[in-house]
Amino acid sequence: MSDETAVLDPVDLPTDPAPDTPRQVVRRRSLQDLLFVHSVRGAGLLVLVVTGSIGVFLGISSVPTLQHYGLSYFTEFRWIPSQDVIGISGALIGTVEVALLALCFAIPLSLLTALFITDWAPARLRPTLVLLVDMMAAVPGIIFGLWVLFLIQPHAAHVAHWLSTYFGWIPFFHVRTDVDYPIWNQLPGYPSYAGSAFIAAIAVTMMIFPMATSVMREVFGQAPVGEKEAALALGATRWAMVRTVVLPFGRSGVIGGTMLALGRALGETISVVLVLQLSFERKPYVLENGNATISATIAAFFKEADAAQLSALLTAGFVLFGMTLLVNSIAAGIVSRSRGSDVTDL
Amino acid sequence: MTATLPERQRRRADLRRVGGPVPPVEPEVVRPTGARTREDVYTLAGAAAASLATTWIFYAQVFPFSGAIGFTVCWYAVFVGYYALLTSLAHPRPVVVDRVVATAVIGAPTLVGVALASVVVMTLLKGLPALTHLTFFTQDMSGVQPDADFDSGGIVHAIIGTLIEVAIAIGIALPLGVATAVYMSEVGGRTARLVRTVVEAMTALPSIVAGLFIYTIFLVRFGFPASGLVAGLALAVMALPIMARAAYVVLGVVPGGLREASYALGATQWQTVWRVVLPTARPGLATALILGIARAVGETAPVLLTSGASTFTNVNPFKDPMNSLPLFIYTAITSGVPQQAGRAYGAAAVLLVLVLTLFVVARLVAGGRKSR
Repeated sequence: MSDETAVLDPVDLPTDPAPDTPRQVVRRRSLQDLLFVHSVRGAGLLVLVVTGSIGVFLGISSVPTLQHYGLSYFTEFRWIPSQDVIGISGALIGTVEVALLALCFAIPLSLLTALFITDWAPARLRPTLVLLVDMMAAVPGIIFGLWVLFLIQPHAAHVAHWLSTYFGWIPFFHVRTDVDYPIWNQLPGYPSYAGSAFIAAIAVTMMIFPMATSVMREVFGQAPVGEKEAALALGATRWAMVRTVVLPFGRSGVIGGTMLALGRALGETISVVLVLQLSFERKPYVLENGNATISATIAAFFKEADAAQLSALLTAGFVLFGMTLLVNSIAAGIVSRSRGSDVTDL
Repeated sequence: MTATLPERQRRRADLRRVGGPVPPVEPEVVRPTGARTREDVYTLAGAAAASLATTWIFYAQVFPFSGAIGFTVCWYAVFVGYYALLTSLAHPRPVVVDRVVATAVIGAPTLVGVALASVVVMTLLKGLPALTHLTFFTQDMSGVQPDADFDSGGIVHAIIGTLIEVAIAIGIALPLGVATAVYMSEVGGRTARLVRTVVEAMTALPSIVAGLFIYTIFLVRFGFPASGLVAGLALAVMALPIMARAAYVVLGVVPGGLREASYALGATQWQTVWRVVLPTARPGLATALILGIARAVGETAPVLLTSGASTFTNVNPFKDPMNSLPLFIYTAITSGVPQQAGRAYGAAAVLLVLVLTLFVVARLVAGGRKSR
């Protein structure tokens, strides 16, 4: 455009250009188009109504509970419907404990794996690794639950015993049992150490690892090649290049991927239900047997719930949904800011 | 000074034109830049061997420690120490740091890979006793005692149930999801933005809450009995936002120039969507949707609340409880009967194979497209 105007001699320009009047564009949709637009709009509105009604329904259903229990619903930790004592603070704390522990395991692994895929692995191995991570995302949660229950829990209980023996003075690693009691004398399955938030978090780790890894890998993969090569040409080692170019560039991807994983970890149900021993307490002892998450509470109590309890469970679901929604929105904001509108489809 | 490649080619072309003797092509040899030196390899091998020996002596012989996890962790720590020490003998600090980081960067994926492999191997091995009986695939559990041998009883009811429930869920979620995605990306407008916001928010809905929603509405309020249809609805509610959003992302990748070219040729909007946008997006769309299906197949929480665990084969989704693979696994493993646990692992192997098959199909449909 600019080239053409530059070539034009000013003398050639008409001295008094007629004012530009835009041609009237008639946008008459054909019958086919009208049908198309209206049917997809109908589908969109239906989806809007269906999905929106879930949120509205959860909100409305939680009104009676909140009226009945008031603020004590959020401060009470026991869940004894027969005595009309119901509160979610125990389950809420348990949910956060399991999710944060899972993040502690998954995020370093995801970060290192994503870096390995983008910057360390040989180029011809890369598609296979990406495929494997995506494949892992498709493995059902119940299978990871079985895996933890059968294969991991015996070893993890050993680790928990060791940690509580030597680091029991740290509140998180404390287990309210006789830690000096030799582990080979204990009942099979180490009942004091099995079914803890720590072991449930291992199952959740396997669920959130692929998602966090693929978000981080995508962002790391977009790090400017020129700057990477410039760093290497200046004599940087591979780690120095990653530290100075890839990590600063991908920081929002790391944060966004972590938040997305957190959103998923908060709502993860079946692998937690399978592993966790349900008990309603407010405790920081993540290595100790027994804890509760909101999703496990719903799964455990929905069957024998009467109307009031069901409302309490729906309120718990509403609180959980509020948490995941908040975390996901923040994550989506961070991730989309880092790379435009190309949002990941997870 | 050697001539650059284009220069040489030009010179050879000139010579050919004048009929002169063409010199033979000197093959270009790429100098390997990332190759390991012998010193690197010896350092690595030496550190590995020395750390193994040290750990073995101190961990297993001197101190009364035991346990495979502790041994591996100690070995890794000692290895990193030795590797850093050996490297620092011949290299400056940045190289030492680089190598220490490299051990972590290679160690983490290895750990996850071992975990993933152990998941698959464990499921298949533990499921093998049940899987080797043909009755496992031909019979259901009606009239079979939970502690009966693998010679009787099977999971055909769960397989059929999974297929029916997922078919219902997809029959609802797939057309609606794609239509919504088309609406959000092709029609647009203020309402479409609202739909998009709500759909994106709903992808955060935990599956158990989706199940609880359907459970409360249909089973408690309307008094429907537990059935395959309700379970299918629960799965659909869970899968709908995921599929709509995934399809929307895929449609957004279709270049705008294609749409504009179509309109410029006089095509209507419907023709543009049907003949240009959807065919262009087909591989990506198929991949996204099949992955959504795989997710629905493996999801346990919604069916746990809605379908009821039957022991008999039920092909009617409108009446009577209907079991499914994830639910069968869950009820069987929590029953505490060893034979049922064996069946649970067998069913888990079937489920794993089913999901991974769907995944492979998704990849094949995507074709030679570069993995994103």
